Amino acid sequence: MTGDLVFILLALLTIVPAIWVVFSPNIVHAGFALLFTLFGAAGLYAYMGADFIAVTQMMVYIGGVLVLVLFTVMMTRVPQGKRANYGLDRYVPAAVFALAVFGLLYKTITSVDWGASYTEPVPTVAEIGTNFMTNYIFPFEYVSLVLLAAMIGAAILIREQKPSQGASDQGEIDQEETEVPS
Amino acid sequence: MNVGLPHFLTVSAALFALGMFAVMSRRNAIGILMGVELMLNAANINFVAFSRYVQHGIDGQIMAAFVIVLAAAEAAVALAIVLAMFRNFGTVHADSVQSLKR
Repeated sequence: MTGDLVFILLALLTIVPAIWVVFSPNIVHAGFALLFTLFGAAGLYAYMGADFIAVTQMMVYIGGVLVLVLFTVMMTRVPQGKRANYGLDRYVPAAVFALAVFGLLYKTITSVDWGASYTEPVPTVAEIGTNFMTNYIFPFEYVSLVLLAAMIGAAILIREQKPSQGASDQGEIDQEETEVPS
Repeated sequence: MNVGLPHFLTVSAALFALGMFAVMSRRNAIGILMGVELMLNAANINFVAFSRYVQHGIDGQIMAAFVIVLAAAEAAVALAIVLAMFRNFGTVHADSVQSLKR
């Protein structure tokens, strides 16, 4: 009974701020609502006995991605003078499509026999670590390479461009290369 | 009520539909990115739920960890693009940016 109550609270903690994320006209409020949604999802992982995923969710999403999102929101504040027209022309098709997707998913969820059964949860951290180093070693290394490439790409994209671009581009690179040995 | 697989799948479906609505209706590029994060979280809940109640193993949780890592990479690159877009065009509205260069 307590478990059911906890699940209901966690599900509400996940869904209700998500509605706020979607509908809030203020993007800063949406960002802070995303914090609660991610926290609720971490709680759901913990409820399912996935302790490692719950902690990873909190560290990577709440500690990393969300801070990055809020940072970008603060960096890109546009003057709120001119209000964009919130016409129904884009809300109605989006609502119809989203409701259709939810209806289809819900019908599938309720009509299919998933063969689900309950087992006692066990600690997963050691098993996940062993699997990362044995069965999943290639995807593990590959995903670290992807992360490195994404970091380098983000750093290059974000780099401040010099005003006199083009002519001095080659010169800059040569200068950097000659500075390295000294 | 006995909390089982369908309840988690329902929460995940609602989260996915909300994320899809955000992606389709938001004008702000960061809002679109938040919708993508919601959808990735919905997929993650599904992975963990199936791993917990159907497979009784660890593979789904490992896949969820990979999804979290890729979401972090995606967020970093997308937010860098948004910042570059703001610098070059002075706006973060996805509708008003229609060219790839200045």
